[in-house]
Amino acid sequence: MAEVCSPLRLPLIAGRKQPAAVTEDVCRPMLRPPSILWWAGFALAFSLLLMGVAAVGYQIATGVGVWGLNTTVGWAFDITNFVFWVGIGHAGTLISAILFLFRQKWRTSVNRSAEAMTLFAVMCAGIFPIIHTGRPWLAFWLFPYPNFRGPLWINFRSPLAWDAFAISTYFLISAVFWYIGLIPDLATIRDRLKPGLRQRLFAIFSLGWNGSYRVWRHYEVLYLLLAGLATPLVVSVHTIVSWDFATSVIPGWHATIFPPYFVAGAIFSGIAMVLTLMLVARKTMGLEDYITQRHVDAMCKLLLLTSGIVALAYATEFFTALYSGNPYEQFVFMNRAKGPFAWAYWTMVGCNVLIPQLLWFERVRRRLVIVFLLSLFINVGMWFERFVIIVTSLHRDFLPANWSGYTPTIYEIATLLGSFGLFFTCFLIFCRVLPVIAMGEVKAVLSHGNGKGGHA
Amino acid sequence: MNRRVLIGIFDSEDDILAATDAARRRGLVIVDVFAPYAVHGLDKAMGLARSKLPWVCFLLGLFGAAFKVWFEYWTTASDWPINVGGKPWNSLPAFVPITFEVMVLFAGLSTVVAFFGMNRLWPGRKADLLDPRVTNDRFALVLEEDDAAFDVDEVKTFLWSHNALRVEERELEVAR
Repeated sequence: MAEVCSPLRLPLIAGRKQPAAVTEDVCRPMLRPPSILWWAGFALAFSLLLMGVAAVGYQIATGVGVWGLNTTVGWAFDITNFVFWVGIGHAGTLISAILFLFRQKWRTSVNRSAEAMTLFAVMCAGIFPIIHTGRPWLAFWLFPYPNFRGPLWINFRSPLAWDAFAISTYFLISAVFWYIGLIPDLATIRDRLKPGLRQRLFAIFSLGWNGSYRVWRHYEVLYLLLAGLATPLVVSVHTIVSWDFATSVIPGWHATIFPPYFVAGAIFSGIAMVLTLMLVARKTMGLEDYITQRHVDAMCKLLLLTSGIVALAYATEFFTALYSGNPYEQFVFMNRAKGPFAWAYWTMVGCNVLIPQLLWFERVRRRLVIVFLLSLFINVGMWFERFVIIVTSLHRDFLPANWSGYTPTIYEIATLLGSFGLFFTCFLIFCRVLPVIAMGEVKAVLSHGNGKGGHA
Repeated sequence: MNRRVLIGIFDSEDDILAATDAARRRGLVIVDVFAPYAVHGLDKAMGLARSKLPWVCFLLGLFGAAFKVWFEYWTTASDWPINVGGKPWNSLPAFVPITFEVMVLFAGLSTVVAFFGMNRLWPGRKADLLDPRVTNDRFALVLEEDDAAFDVDEVKTFLWSHNALRVEERELEVAR
């Protein structure tokens, strides 16, 4: 068949690969022993994780008093970290579900690792509210279950109860979606490995998948249904997280703009984290043909879009406060920009609004080192966004007598670093034991832009 | 009971698509097609009916939502009513978020369970592979031979004409 190259459809995967080459390329880094670089990263991440475990252990043994919270600032680092990590997770669902519904075929190169990132980020997020309860062994009280105290039920009118349901549903559905996507790839690896423990594990988890199209037909429908469920779910999750704040009557929190503002911010920070991870993974695992300049470009454009939405939300929030005629609202916002936490506010604006504007330039998007650094800045900026929202709204109470400050203690900082340790430990293990690229999905888009298979 | 089948192995999605479509048009009985990835349009080429999974998803989602509304009403307004900030016992609008989450949870998990059940996939099930490369880069078209009108040589020629890499006859144990 004559090869025709369409100028309108550029290939998604570079190097004119055949399906067998995809299997080869994706399995190669899994099947060779880990590199020195991997061990170095793992050692660092695991040490951070251990430090976090020690800090959380001390906090649970002693009490929440080891944190820098006080009666005025009752939420600070812990809830900041919670919202930050949930937000990171959202990009995984955006890429795996929303872009699937929009038929964005470039997603196939990044969806597997972005979904893994979602799972690990939600795990990190879940830790914070649980340890903040002070008695984490009673965390099951968050759910309604028949008990001998009445039975006494949870308060279904509380956004915090909504949050417990939203986060656990999100974790379960994301985990299932990820596993369903993995099954055909697990079977591919099962049929490649030599008999042994590893092969047996892949055989167990691939559920006897044999590529029968009578199963594939249901599989495709299942994938579509899960994508259709995950899309409103991801919007609902960060909406509910924002209601934790918006349904209270604290100036700076009590705003109707919160749900869209939080959802856009979540996707913004998540895409930045996907870029951070993918730019490192493509280099160290030799996946340059799969995660190409085109993929980086597409994600940079998503960053620009969501940065714009976030910037608009900052401006709207500020304008609405000033225009409201409510002196408390006005005070909170002027205090954010000029008060004791002004440095945090301007870090947030700088990292989330100003620095991403560089991505308008194609020359910047093509310099991957710069894109990598930008993604780090956005991660920092989005962490500060949550810090600003939470702490600056609380530290100046209605009564000046209650005004206070907030400084994190070393236990809080160690817990934050520990959550990064958990995240990167999980991600590094994932890179070693599972295929980081959805082989089955990439093979289906190989013909895209390569002239063959006009039905792509 | 065993079943005699004729298997054609292909290495390109265009060939398997064309061969499957032509086989169905010729009136051959397609036992199954094996593919390493989902090929757009192959289910239509095989003449498969639409999957019923959306019904499972819809009905269980509906059930989950209805169950949760009832449960929230029962716990909050009937079993042990607690006055929270003077809000009505039956605070329906406040029940919406959890109802939505539980609907998604029921719909999603039940669809997955139904998928595993209807395709008999379970942990540790032994995979019966037609060809070791069928999960990597090969496609297999399996045609039933039991029909008296089945002319093996003619069908072999037909498979070869669609660029089959290999054609073989085999006895398959019938499990489905």
